[in-house]
Amino acid sequence: MSAEVKREPITREINSIIATDCGSTTTKAILIEKVDGVYRLINRGESPTTVEAPFEDVTAGVRNAVHELEELVGRKFLGPNGVVTPTQPDGSGVDIYLSTSSAGGGLQMMVAGVVKSMTAESAQRAALGAGAIVMDVISIDDGRKQHEKIERIRHLRPDMILVSGGIDGGTVSHVVELGELISAAEPKPRLGIGFQLPIIFAGNRDARKYMTDILSKKVDLRIVDNLRPVLEMENLGPAREEIHNLFMEHVMAQAPGYNKLMRWTEVPIMPTPGAVGKIIQTVAVQNNINIIGVDIGGATTDVFSVYGEDHEYFNRTVSANLGMSYSICNVLLETGVDNIMRWVPFDIDEADLRNRIRNKMIRPTTIPHTLQELVIEQACAREALRLSFTHHKSLATGLKGVQKQRDIGDAFEQTGSGDSIIDLMHLGMIVGSGGVLSHAPRRQQSALMMLDSFQLEGFTELTVDSIFMTPQLGVLSEVHPEAADQVFKRDCLIYLGTAIVPVCVPGSNPKEGDACITVVAHLPDGSTVEKTIPFGTIACIPLGEAEYADVTCRVSNNFDLGPGRGREVHKPRVRGGVAGGIIIDARGRRPFLLPTDKPNRIRKLTEWFVSLDIYPMDILERYMRQS
Amino acid sequence: MANAYTPGLKVTGASRIQKRRRLSILGEVLVNIGDIVTPDIPVAKAMIPGNPTSINVSNALSCEAEDIEQYMVKKQGDPVKANEAIAIQKTFFGLFTTTCVSPVEGVLEHVSAVTGQVIVREPAVPIQVKAYINGEVTEIMDREGVVIETKGAFIQGIFGVGGERDGILQIAVEKDSDVLDGQHIKPEHKDKIVIGGSLMTGAAIRRAHEIGAAGIVAGGVIDKDLVDYLGFDIGVAVTGHESIPLTLIVTEGFGQIPMAHKTFELLQTLDGMHASINGATQIRAGVMRPEIIVPNEDIDVVESAVSDGEMEAGTLIRCIREPYFGQLAEVVDLPPELRVVETGARVRIMNIKLRNSGEVVTVPRANVELIEE
Repeated sequence: MSAEVKREPITREINSIIATDCGSTTTKAILIEKVDGVYRLINRGESPTTVEAPFEDVTAGVRNAVHELEELVGRKFLGPNGVVTPTQPDGSGVDIYLSTSSAGGGLQMMVAGVVKSMTAESAQRAALGAGAIVMDVISIDDGRKQHEKIERIRHLRPDMILVSGGIDGGTVSHVVELGELISAAEPKPRLGIGFQLPIIFAGNRDARKYMTDILSKKVDLRIVDNLRPVLEMENLGPAREEIHNLFMEHVMAQAPGYNKLMRWTEVPIMPTPGAVGKIIQTVAVQNNINIIGVDIGGATTDVFSVYGEDHEYFNRTVSANLGMSYSICNVLLETGVDNIMRWVPFDIDEADLRNRIRNKMIRPTTIPHTLQELVIEQACAREALRLSFTHHKSLATGLKGVQKQRDIGDAFEQTGSGDSIIDLMHLGMIVGSGGVLSHAPRRQQSALMMLDSFQLEGFTELTVDSIFMTPQLGVLSEVHPEAADQVFKRDCLIYLGTAIVPVCVPGSNPKEGDACITVVAHLPDGSTVEKTIPFGTIACIPLGEAEYADVTCRVSNNFDLGPGRGREVHKPRVRGGVAGGIIIDARGRRPFLLPTDKPNRIRKLTEWFVSLDIYPMDILERYMRQS
Repeated sequence: MANAYTPGLKVTGASRIQKRRRLSILGEVLVNIGDIVTPDIPVAKAMIPGNPTSINVSNALSCEAEDIEQYMVKKQGDPVKANEAIAIQKTFFGLFTTTCVSPVEGVLEHVSAVTGQVIVREPAVPIQVKAYINGEVTEIMDREGVVIETKGAFIQGIFGVGGERDGILQIAVEKDSDVLDGQHIKPEHKDKIVIGGSLMTGAAIRRAHEIGAAGIVAGGVIDKDLVDYLGFDIGVAVTGHESIPLTLIVTEGFGQIPMAHKTFELLQTLDGMHASINGATQIRAGVMRPEIIVPNEDIDVVESAVSDGEMEAGTLIRCIREPYFGQLAEVVDLPPELRVVETGARVRIMNIKLRNSGEVVTVPRANVELIEE
């Protein structure tokens, strides 16, 4: 059994930190220092990741990224044995160095369980929460024939498999059947040609002996506590911990150069999504809010959510083939041209559009130069985000198969078990990151992309990660929460504004222009602004990033802002932001008012773009006239 | 910053080429260092465990799982033939017999008293890795594979489909801007690698398929033509495993784009020579691009001086994004400061002079690639 991966808080004085994130494309390094008693981001450097040929050594990319930092701040951080720690008398080095990684494809797993919607789904949640990409979910009832499952297990070469199944003390036969399937398939790991594949068994404890008999000679079997010991409870911690152990021991140790990188870092390397999840959880707890985080990358889109009175529901999903470069054609494939074009206010020949999207896929590092290309790219992003969020909602659910006790109150609210935990009306904040959101030329564009794709409701603070440093702050939060928190609040998170979004009451059928919402905002300068926003429109009340307003909202009888039909809502502290301040979105939810006929759709899109100053309209109108 | 680093695709007439030929599981290497190999020579082989077939014996005999061992007539490790009995149950003093047979030939691997299933594994399946190129074995990776080395031309495309193939290169058009259409593909192109100019049309692909060409190389392809030919849409940029009988490689991108002059000129000099091609493309870290390898032991290897990707005033580049997509240009200067482009983004830019119009325009540095002539 391996030594456990532990990241204990550091108690010694830390004044300078370098943290790197080895991504699949680039390695990003940040330098954090204590300035006037507060931890601040000083600078960042980046360089292509060097896991693959011709370098095949991740530390080369780390060195390049840190070297860029050296040039930018005019100090030495590198020595012959990596990042120099602690800080030397001549000022070189830093007090601590840490890293996250998703390079080389990250952590790729298969999971298996007896019942698809129960133990297999719990296993999937455990793997996703640990930062893995789940390549497939095998279950006894997944509809595939046994030989198909065996073939699938043989064909995929995951980094590890997590097997669950059965409650403790329950029947063992189906769990053993899973073991037999895996044994028959003789699966091989992705990395390390001569190594045995690690398999974690986190199922019925009564099946352990059988699983050991069946699997221990063929694979590297690890046994941990059942992740579903009883039907009503998930216990994902032990499985996730073992995944992290194996990630370090097998995946990282096999990846080129990681043995060296592991010697450079004082604390174990963390999978990038695991680190992002960690910081999202921390923010939820510190602010006592429900939160959603999204990271839209070139290959994948990760969605995180933390919900519950005690923030007990943490979920992460990764949409492995929804991204903005490597996977952009899959966005087109999954959503279709029409769904992309509905966000675009001009015509473009379909063949031309498809060629452009393909060319983005094969040359992923290019950036939009014309406004026309930017609008198309942001339309693709809306669809990638929408599809990823739909995926997330389907997995972020209560435990299925659980008999719920109902009282008389519940009788009026017939929510069955297995409903999605995601309740947008009670979402406090959304954090967006990834190039298309973090680097949008205008921050309003990020705000509108998130509003459109997540269809937010009620009151939600919209934020983005300024330069995508949440992974580094995630691993830092495990060993130095204070530093991570200060940098996150001061240098990482950019507040775009607070969205106020009324939803249509079921059965109501409001028309464009109908009365919808009136917002009265008492601003910090003592002034009061009152705005009445008709249905089908969007507007904003300017309010700075660090400013708060006392807001009262009155909605008409067709709408609900949380407490019920036509009920007034008062919020004493509504935060502003750099992208409009208070954004009042009266375009409707359930349903969202996006006309299907082209002239009206283009008219509405243009109107919304003007209202929030999304694009330079003189240039956009040129493309609209050309089409 | 006076220059920029933007590597282009490798296009060289004289290069030392090394190919790693690796098994997916441990096996046996079949050649020795110094051996001269041709594309079809197997260089390593392994035995993949045969397909397992599970047989539900307890269901077949209508008995409890824990009881099946008493009825097994074949034990773990025994060889079995197809339709041979593996378990027999006799009832009523032997008057009635229920037999469970193995549907496949193999070895009885596992008998489970928990699930009542028996697993019979079919004979191991041999797999082999071929040399893929003409060359010399220069390194043996114990039980894993070999490294084969050769000298010759090495050309990377930007995107491809279809796996490893080899054949004679044959130029089918006159200029790098010519469209390769169905009429250009002749019966004599059977087993050949056909070279086009700016575009391979859907008709050219279908015709090449019909006559049995080994592959097509051209500047571009229309997305719809490719999807129509494959019969499915490509979602993620991982290719090379399509079950198609020819390999398609585009050197520039999607749409009609003249093949880079240097690439076309080099391919013209290689007309009639034997080449190995692979359409496999994987665009992520450690980008894998499709390739054309033309071994030629008689040349002197001179590595290109510009291959480090450095750019400066006068460097020839190609625009790889709208609004100048596909156009050739010369770098005028590389201002160090960030500039605002039409989208409103502040980015690193370069000023370039377009070849066809002489116009000087500004483009993001991320949107160009080096080109050598």
